[in-house]
Amino acid sequence: MSSSEVRAEDPVVVDRHLCKACGICIAFCPKSVLGADGDGIAIVERPDECIRCRMCEFRCPDFAIVVRSEEDE
Amino acid sequence: MNTHLRKYFRQEHLPHIWCPGCGNGIVTAAILRALDRLGWEKDRTVFVSGIGCSSRAPGYLDFNTLHTTHGRALVFATGVKVAHPNLNVVVITGDGDASAIGGNHLIHAARRNIDITTICFNNSIYGMTGGQYSPLSPTDSVASTAPFGNTDRSFDLCRLVEAAGASYVARGTTYHVTPLTKLIERGFEKRGFSFVEAITACPVYFGRRNKMRTPVEMLEWQKDAAVPITRAQKMDPEELAGKFVIGTFVDIDMPEYTESYERLLREHASDRGGG
Repeated sequence: MSSSEVRAEDPVVVDRHLCKACGICIAFCPKSVLGADGDGIAIVERPDECIRCRMCEFRCPDFAIVVRSEEDE
Repeated sequence: MNTHLRKYFRQEHLPHIWCPGCGNGIVTAAILRALDRLGWEKDRTVFVSGIGCSSRAPGYLDFNTLHTTHGRALVFATGVKVAHPNLNVVVITGDGDASAIGGNHLIHAARRNIDITTICFNNSIYGMTGGQYSPLSPTDSVASTAPFGNTDRSFDLCRLVEAAGASYVARGTTYHVTPLTKLIERGFEKRGFSFVEAITACPVYFGRRNKMRTPVEMLEWQKDAAVPITRAQKMDPEELAGKFVIGTFVDIDMPEYTESYERLLREHASDRGGG
């Protein structure tokens, strides 16, 4: 599986169709959960570290990120 | 996309036109979260905008929307509100649209205290037309029309709207997105003219020319330059140079325009149609 694929268990879901690779979510995640693929698109690198603060979702300018609540899983 | 917010978008128009890292989408999502919390209905809500990058926002929103002429969003919004006082009317405008082309309309909407919430996306520049300086471009900042730095003093638009008589005035940033959402929500709740200035990033036409080469650097600037009002009150003007104050400046109750107007009509109902 490539690292850019969405895994069912990931707490953060990035819509590759909407992401414009600005890097805001990656830079400001307090737990360094997110990284970038070769195109700069955000990918979930360390899902276990996510504290679901949702700042990546709130600061995403492209409506591309959802942090799933634990009930969703 | 958040499933809560999905219903508010015209999905077929996404991805939006804004540049990578442009903060306009952050403010737009904050607006939607605020109205979602209040349970505003799509059919009872009208978004009105003028011209500029930020004024493209209503095009993506599945509400009643009006994309009008430059600086005149508040004029159209006033017409909507007077005709249908029970509708929630929101104006989305930019710093140039609100303070230059539409500056007089802003003053008089605030003076009347008409129940419209105006969200001013302040990206410090005319982004859509190539980065000319606006009345809100900071002094000394570089713009396409100020290659050696802007000699103008910049407006404190919140102070202008406060002086003109608005019921609610606040400023937030896209970095401080959670407080920004709360300020917008309070503005929506307020009966009267509400004005929220949202400091947002134009990485392409403002940031790159002003030593902030990435969207991330622009958010770092918002984080570092913003001073909460409670702290600012204890600071000297010299300490506040190069910074801006965030928080709530005005939150008071005053007579609202459409209510005063309807009362006038009721009081004189017997005078009308009498021949």
